[in-house]
Amino acid sequence: MEEGKVISQLVKESAAAYSIIHEKFGLAISDFDANETMPFFEVVDASLWTEIALFMRDHPKLKFNYMACLTGVDYPAEEKLGIICNFESLALLNHKLAVKVKCAREGGSIPSVACVWHTANWHEREAYDMFGMTFAGHPELRRILCPEDWEGYPLRKDYKVQDQYHGIKVPY
Amino acid sequence: MGLLDAGITKHNMLVTSVDNVLNWARLSSLWPMGFGLACCAIEMMATNASNYDLERFGIFPRSSPRQSDLMIVAGTVTMKMAERVIRLYEQMPEPRYVLSMGSCSNCGGPYWEHGYHVLKGVDRIIPVDVYVPGCPPRPESLIGGLMKIQELIRMEQIGISRADALKKLAEKSVDPRFIIERERKAVGA
Repeated sequence: MEEGKVISQLVKESAAAYSIIHEKFGLAISDFDANETMPFFEVVDASLWTEIALFMRDHPKLKFNYMACLTGVDYPAEEKLGIICNFESLALLNHKLAVKVKCAREGGSIPSVACVWHTANWHEREAYDMFGMTFAGHPELRRILCPEDWEGYPLRKDYKVQDQYHGIKVPY
Repeated sequence: MGLLDAGITKHNMLVTSVDNVLNWARLSSLWPMGFGLACCAIEMMATNASNYDLERFGIFPRSSPRQSDLMIVAGTVTMKMAERVIRLYEQMPEPRYVLSMGSCSNCGGPYWEHGYHVLKGVDRIIPVDVYVPGCPPRPESLIGGLMKIQELIRMEQIGISRADALKKLAEKSVDPRFIIERERKAVGA
Protein backbone atom coordinates (compact mmCIF):
# COMPACT_ATOMS: atom_id res chain seq x y z
CA MET A 1 0.00 0.00 0.00
CA GLU A 2 1.37 3.37 -0.99
CA GLU A 3 0.93 6.08 1.54
CA GLY A 4 -1.53 8.77 0.60
CA LYS A 5 -3.10 6.63 -2.09
CA VAL A 6 -5.52 4.86 0.17
CA ILE A 7 -8.81 6.64 -0.01
CA SER A 8 -11.48 5.40 2.30
CA GLN A 9 -15.11 4.97 1.40
CA LEU A 10 -15.93 7.98 3.55
CA VAL A 11 -13.65 10.31 1.59
CA LYS A 12 -15.01 8.96 -1.69
CA GLU A 13 -18.52 9.87 -0.59
CA SER A 14 -17.31 13.34 0.40
CA ALA A 15 -15.61 13.71 -3.00
CA ALA A 16 -18.86 12.79 -4.74
CA ALA A 17 -20.71 15.42 -2.73
CA TYR A 18 -18.00 17.95 -3.54
CA SER A 19 -18.27 17.34 -7.29
CA ILE A 20 -21.99 18.19 -7.19
CA ILE A 21 -21.21 21.51 -5.50
CA HIS A 22 -18.30 22.12 -7.88
CA GLU A 23 -20.54 21.53 -10.88
CA LYS A 24 -22.86 24.30 -9.73
CA PHE A 25 -20.39 26.86 -8.37
CA GLY A 26 -17.24 26.16 -10.40
CA LEU A 27 -14.37 28.47 -9.58
CA ALA A 28 -16.15 30.02 -6.62
CA ILE A 29 -14.88 27.06 -4.58
CA SER A 30 -11.40 25.57 -4.32
CA ASP A 31 -10.22 22.06 -5.21
CA PHE A 32 -11.23 19.16 -3.03
CA ASP A 33 -8.80 18.24 -0.25
CA ALA A 34 -9.06 14.50 0.45
CA ASN A 35 -7.96 14.86 4.05
CA GLU A 36 -8.61 11.53 5.71
CA THR A 37 -9.97 12.91 8.98
CA MET A 38 -11.70 15.96 7.57
CA PRO A 39 -12.24 16.12 3.79
CA PHE A 40 -12.88 19.77 2.93
CA PHE A 41 -12.98 22.52 0.34
CA GLU A 42 -12.59 26.25 0.66
CA VAL A 43 -15.02 28.90 -0.50
CA VAL A 44 -12.95 31.26 -2.67
CA ASP A 45 -15.71 33.77 -3.36
CA ALA A 46 -16.94 34.31 0.20
CA SER A 47 -19.89 36.41 -0.95
CA LEU A 48 -21.51 33.23 -2.32
CA TRP A 49 -21.22 31.39 1.01
CA THR A 50 -24.90 31.64 2.03
CA GLU A 51 -25.98 30.49 -1.43
CA ILE A 52 -23.59 27.52 -1.32
CA ALA A 53 -24.86 26.68 2.16
CA LEU A 54 -28.48 26.65 1.01
CA PHE A 55 -27.52 24.49 -1.98
CA MET A 56 -25.70 22.04 0.32
CA ARG A 57 -28.68 21.78 2.61
CA ASP A 58 -31.42 21.44 0.01
CA HIS A 59 -29.96 19.56 -2.98
CA PRO A 60 -31.49 16.04 -3.01
CA LYS A 61 -28.07 14.42 -3.44
CA LEU A 62 -26.37 16.51 -0.73
CA LYS A 63 -28.90 17.01 2.08
CA PHE A 64 -26.41 18.35 4.62
CA ASN A 65 -29.03 18.73 7.32
CA TYR A 66 -26.65 18.93 10.27
CA MET A 67 -23.99 21.47 11.12
CA ALA A 68 -21.83 19.63 13.64
CA CYS A 69 -19.50 22.51 14.41
CA LEU A 70 -18.36 25.96 13.35
CA THR A 71 -14.84 26.89 14.46
CA GLY A 72 -12.99 30.17 14.12
CA VAL A 73 -9.33 30.25 13.05
CA ASP A 74 -6.69 32.99 13.01
CA TYR A 75 -4.18 33.01 10.13
CA PRO A 76 -1.79 35.84 11.06
CA ALA A 77 0.71 34.98 8.26
CA GLU A 78 -1.99 35.42 5.63
CA GLU A 79 -3.54 38.42 7.42
CA LYS A 80 -6.79 36.51 7.50
CA LEU A 81 -9.42 35.12 9.81
CA GLY A 82 -11.56 32.17 8.91
CA ILE A 83 -14.15 29.64 9.89
CA ILE A 84 -14.29 25.87 9.45
CA CYS A 85 -17.73 24.32 9.31
CA ASN A 86 -18.33 20.57 9.67
CA PHE A 87 -21.39 19.21 7.95
CA GLU A 88 -23.08 15.85 7.99
CA SER A 89 -26.14 14.44 6.36
CA LEU A 90 -27.50 12.85 9.46
CA ALA A 91 -29.72 9.76 8.99
CA LEU A 92 -30.24 10.63 5.31
CA LEU A 93 -27.17 10.20 3.10
CA ASN A 94 -24.61 9.84 5.90
CA HIS A 95 -21.79 11.69 4.18
CA LYS A 96 -19.58 14.36 5.69
CA LEU A 97 -17.83 17.44 4.41
CA ALA A 98 -16.06 20.42 5.89
CA VAL A 99 -16.00 23.92 4.46
CA LYS A 100 -13.51 26.70 5.07
CA VAL A 101 -14.32 30.36 4.58
CA LYS A 102 -11.83 33.19 5.08
CA CYS A 103 -11.98 36.95 5.36
CA ALA A 104 -9.64 39.88 6.01
CA ARG A 105 -8.10 40.02 9.49
CA GLU A 106 -9.05 43.63 10.16
CA GLY A 107 -12.70 44.51 9.59
CA GLY A 108 -13.36 41.29 7.70
CA SER A 109 -16.86 39.97 7.18
CA ILE A 110 -18.31 36.56 6.29
CA PRO A 111 -21.95 36.03 5.23
CA SER A 112 -23.96 34.46 8.04
CA VAL A 113 -25.51 31.01 7.61
CA ALA A 114 -27.62 31.28 10.77
CA CYS A 115 -30.68 31.40 8.51
CA VAL A 116 -29.66 28.07 6.92
CA TRP A 117 -28.72 26.09 10.04
CA HIS A 118 -29.91 27.49 13.36
CA THR A 119 -26.88 25.89 15.01
CA ALA A 120 -24.77 28.53 13.30
CA ASN A 121 -26.41 31.30 15.29
CA TRP A 122 -24.55 30.74 18.57
CA HIS A 123 -21.46 29.29 16.86
CA GLU A 124 -21.02 32.44 14.77
CA ARG A 125 -21.47 34.54 17.88
CA GLU A 126 -18.73 32.52 19.54
CA ALA A 127 -16.39 32.93 16.54
CA TYR A 128 -17.10 36.67 16.61
CA ASP A 129 -16.49 36.77 20.36
CA MET A 130 -13.12 35.00 20.11
CA PHE A 131 -11.77 36.27 16.76
CA GLY A 132 -13.65 39.45 15.87
CA MET A 133 -14.81 38.75 12.32
CA THR A 134 -18.38 39.89 11.69
CA PHE A 135 -21.11 37.79 10.14
CA ALA A 136 -23.20 39.76 7.67
CA GLY A 137 -26.91 39.09 8.09
CA HIS A 138 -26.64 37.51 11.53
CA PRO A 139 -29.87 38.14 13.49
CA GLU A 140 -28.14 39.06 16.78
CA LEU A 141 -24.38 39.40 16.51
CA ARG A 142 -23.02 40.19 19.98
CA ARG A 143 -20.55 38.53 22.34
CA ILE A 144 -21.73 35.21 23.75
CA LEU A 145 -19.13 34.22 26.39
CA CYS A 146 -17.01 37.25 27.27
CA PRO A 147 -18.62 40.26 28.96
CA GLU A 148 -20.16 42.70 26.49
CA ASP A 149 -17.57 45.37 27.26
CA TRP A 150 -14.53 43.08 27.04
CA GLU A 151 -11.59 44.47 25.09
CA GLY A 152 -10.02 42.50 22.26
CA TYR A 153 -10.56 39.01 20.88
CA PRO A 154 -8.98 36.36 23.12
CA LEU A 155 -8.17 33.59 20.62
CA ARG A 156 -6.24 35.77 18.18
CA LYS A 157 -2.57 34.83 18.11
CA ASP A 158 -1.42 38.33 19.06
CA TYR A 159 -3.97 38.79 21.87
CA LYS A 160 -2.80 40.65 24.96
CA VAL A 161 -5.04 40.53 27.97
CA GLN A 162 -6.30 43.86 29.28
CA ASP A 163 -4.84 45.17 32.52
CA GLN A 164 -8.04 46.04 34.34
CA TYR A 165 -11.67 45.04 34.05
CA HIS A 166 -14.07 47.30 35.97
CA GLY A 167 -11.25 48.15 38.38
CA ILE A 168 -10.27 44.49 38.98
CA LYS A 169 -6.75 43.47 38.01
CA VAL A 170 -6.83 40.80 35.29
CA PRO A 171 -3.26 39.40 34.90
CA TYR A 172 -1.80 37.18 37.61
CA MET B 1 -14.18 23.50 76.77
CA GLY B 2 -17.46 23.42 74.89
CA LEU B 3 -20.53 24.97 76.39
CA LEU B 4 -22.40 21.70 76.84
CA ASP B 5 -19.42 20.02 78.46
CA ALA B 6 -20.07 22.11 81.57
CA GLY B 7 -22.48 20.12 83.64
CA ILE B 8 -25.92 21.63 84.04
CA THR B 9 -26.74 21.34 87.68
CA LYS B 10 -29.29 23.35 89.61
CA HIS B 11 -32.64 24.23 88.05
CA ASN B 12 -31.21 23.88 84.55
CA MET B 13 -29.13 26.96 85.20
CA LEU B 14 -25.89 27.63 83.42
CA VAL B 15 -23.43 30.44 83.99
CA THR B 16 -21.21 31.55 81.14
CA SER B 17 -20.17 34.67 79.29
CA VAL B 18 -22.27 36.33 76.62
CA ASP B 19 -19.42 35.87 74.14
CA ASN B 20 -19.47 32.15 74.73
CA VAL B 21 -23.19 31.81 74.16
CA LEU B 22 -23.19 33.99 71.08
CA ASN B 23 -20.20 32.23 69.58
CA TRP B 24 -21.59 28.81 70.35
CA ALA B 25 -24.89 29.68 68.74
CA ARG B 26 -23.29 31.13 65.64
CA LEU B 27 -20.74 28.40 65.05
CA SER B 28 -23.34 25.69 65.54
CA SER B 29 -25.55 26.96 62.75
CA LEU B 30 -23.31 28.20 59.97
CA TRP B 31 -25.52 28.68 56.96
CA PRO B 32 -23.57 28.81 53.72
CA MET B 33 -25.02 30.35 50.61
CA GLY B 34 -25.96 27.59 48.17
CA PHE B 35 -23.96 28.41 45.09
CA GLY B 36 -21.20 26.66 43.21
CA LEU B 37 -19.08 27.82 40.31
CA ALA B 38 -17.25 24.77 38.95
CA CYS B 39 -16.08 21.24 39.79
CA CYS B 40 -15.40 22.20 43.43
CA ALA B 41 -19.15 22.62 43.73
CA ILE B 42 -19.54 18.90 43.03
CA GLU B 43 -17.31 18.12 46.01
CA MET B 44 -19.24 20.65 48.07
CA MET B 45 -22.50 18.93 47.15
CA ALA B 46 -20.97 15.58 48.06
CA THR B 47 -20.02 17.06 51.42
CA ASN B 48 -23.58 18.24 51.93
CA ALA B 49 -24.98 14.83 51.03
CA SER B 50 -25.54 11.93 53.41
CA ASN B 51 -22.03 10.35 53.34
CA TYR B 52 -20.35 13.39 54.85
CA ASP B 53 -23.52 14.96 56.21
CA LEU B 54 -22.74 18.60 56.95
CA GLU B 55 -26.04 18.98 58.76
CA ARG B 56 -24.56 17.26 61.78
CA PHE B 57 -22.59 20.50 62.24
CA GLY B 58 -25.68 22.62 61.68
CA ILE B 59 -24.37 23.58 58.26
CA PHE B 60 -26.90 23.55 55.48
CA PRO B 61 -27.11 25.67 52.36
CA ARG B 62 -29.56 28.54 52.09
CA SER B 63 -30.98 29.78 48.81
CA SER B 64 -30.63 33.47 49.61
CA PRO B 65 -27.56 35.51 50.54
CA ARG B 66 -29.79 37.40 52.98
CA GLN B 67 -30.20 34.27 55.09
CA SER B 68 -26.57 33.15 54.94
CA ASP B 69 -23.56 33.97 57.05
CA LEU B 70 -20.97 31.95 55.15
CA MET B 71 -19.97 32.12 51.51
CA ILE B 72 -18.18 29.05 50.13
CA VAL B 73 -16.56 30.20 46.89
CA ALA B 74 -16.48 26.75 45.30
CA GLY B 75 -14.81 26.95 41.91
CA THR B 76 -13.39 29.14 39.15
CA VAL B 77 -14.39 32.78 39.48
CA THR B 78 -14.54 34.28 36.00
CA MET B 79 -14.28 38.02 35.44
CA LYS B 80 -17.95 37.97 34.49
CA MET B 81 -18.86 36.21 37.75
CA ALA B 82 -16.56 38.38 39.90
CA GLU B 83 -18.97 41.30 39.96
CA ARG B 84 -21.85 38.99 40.85
CA VAL B 85 -19.78 37.51 43.69
CA ILE B 86 -19.20 41.03 45.07
CA ARG B 87 -22.90 41.78 44.87
CA LEU B 88 -23.85 38.51 46.61
CA TYR B 89 -21.26 39.17 49.32
CA GLU B 90 -22.66 42.63 49.89
CA GLN B 91 -26.16 41.20 50.27
CA MET B 92 -25.09 38.94 53.12
CA PRO B 93 -25.80 40.28 56.63
CA GLU B 94 -22.85 40.75 58.99
CA PRO B 95 -21.08 38.99 60.61
CA ARG B 96 -20.23 37.07 57.44
CA TYR B 97 -17.45 34.65 56.61
CA VAL B 98 -15.83 33.64 53.34
CA LEU B 99 -14.25 30.28 52.63
CA SER B 100 -12.27 30.05 49.41
CA MET B 101 -12.43 26.47 48.18
CA GLY B 102 -9.90 25.04 45.72
CA SER B 103 -6.94 26.33 43.71
CA CYS B 104 -9.03 28.41 41.27
CA SER B 105 -10.63 30.65 43.82
CA ASN B 106 -7.44 30.71 45.92
CA CYS B 107 -5.14 31.96 43.17
CA GLY B 108 -6.51 31.22 39.69
CA GLY B 109 -5.41 27.57 39.71
CA PRO B 110 -4.57 26.11 36.28
CA TYR B 111 -5.79 29.34 34.65
CA TRP B 112 -3.25 31.55 36.38
CA GLU B 113 -1.27 32.33 33.23
CA HIS B 114 -3.39 31.84 30.13
CA GLY B 115 -6.87 32.15 31.59
CA TYR B 116 -7.68 35.65 30.37
CA HIS B 117 -11.22 35.27 31.69
CA VAL B 118 -10.40 34.05 35.22
CA LEU B 119 -10.03 36.14 38.36
CA LYS B 120 -6.67 35.17 39.88
CA GLY B 121 -7.90 34.69 43.43
CA VAL B 122 -11.22 35.67 44.93
CA ASP B 123 -9.34 37.61 47.65
CA ARG B 124 -8.84 40.33 45.04
CA ILE B 125 -12.48 41.29 45.39
CA ILE B 126 -13.72 40.10 48.80
CA PRO B 127 -11.93 39.40 52.11
CA VAL B 128 -11.29 35.67 52.59
CA ASP B 129 -11.09 34.09 56.06
CA VAL B 130 -10.12 30.50 55.26
CA TYR B 131 -8.45 28.99 52.19
CA VAL B 132 -8.91 25.30 51.42
CA PRO B 133 -6.22 23.98 49.04
CA GLY B 134 -6.88 21.23 46.51
CA CYS B 135 -8.06 20.72 42.96
CA PRO B 136 -10.74 19.99 43.92
CA PRO B 137 -10.39 19.50 47.70
CA ARG B 138 -11.87 16.30 49.08
CA PRO B 139 -14.89 16.61 51.38
CA GLU B 140 -12.58 15.99 54.37
CA SER B 141 -10.58 19.09 53.44
CA LEU B 142 -13.71 21.18 53.09
CA ILE B 143 -14.92 20.00 56.47
CA GLY B 144 -11.47 20.91 57.82
CA GLY B 145 -11.92 24.42 56.42
CA LEU B 146 -15.36 24.72 57.93
CA MET B 147 -13.98 23.61 61.31
CA LYS B 148 -11.42 26.41 60.91
CA ILE B 149 -14.25 28.91 60.40
CA GLN B 150 -15.87 27.57 63.57
CA GLU B 151 -12.59 28.03 65.43
CA LEU B 152 -12.40 31.57 64.13
CA ILE B 153 -15.89 32.28 65.45
CA ARG B 154 -14.83 30.84 68.80
CA MET B 155 -12.03 33.43 68.93
CA GLU B 156 -14.41 36.34 68.51
CA GLN B 157 -15.44 38.64 71.30
CA ILE B 158 -17.73 41.61 71.51
CA GLY B 159 -15.65 44.65 70.65
CA ILE B 160 -12.75 42.99 68.84
CA SER B 161 -12.28 43.18 65.12
CA ARG B 162 -12.14 40.34 62.62
CA ALA B 163 -8.45 41.00 62.10
CA ASP B 164 -7.80 40.55 65.82
CA ALA B 165 -9.83 37.34 65.87
CA LEU B 166 -7.81 35.99 62.93
CA LYS B 167 -4.60 36.92 64.77
CA LYS B 168 -5.82 35.12 67.89
CA LEU B 169 -6.69 32.09 65.78
CA ALA B 170 -3.21 32.02 64.25
CA GLU B 171 -1.61 32.23 67.70
CA LYS B 172 -3.76 29.51 69.21
CA SER B 173 -3.73 27.13 66.29
CA VAL B 174 -2.23 23.71 66.87
CA ASP B 175 -0.29 21.87 64.20
CA PRO B 176 -2.46 18.83 63.54
CA ARG B 177 0.45 16.69 62.35
CA PHE B 178 1.47 15.65 65.86
CA ILE B 179 -2.08 14.71 66.75
CA ILE B 180 -2.45 12.70 63.55
CA GLU B 181 0.85 10.91 64.19
CA ARG B 182 -0.08 10.21 67.78
CA GLU B 183 -3.43 8.78 66.71
CA ARG B 184 -1.78 6.68 64.03
CA LYS B 185 0.71 5.26 66.51
CA ALA B 186 -2.09 4.51 68.94
CA VAL B 187 -3.87 2.30 66.39
CA GLY B 188 -0.57 0.77 65.30
CA ALA B 189 -0.60 2.01 61.72
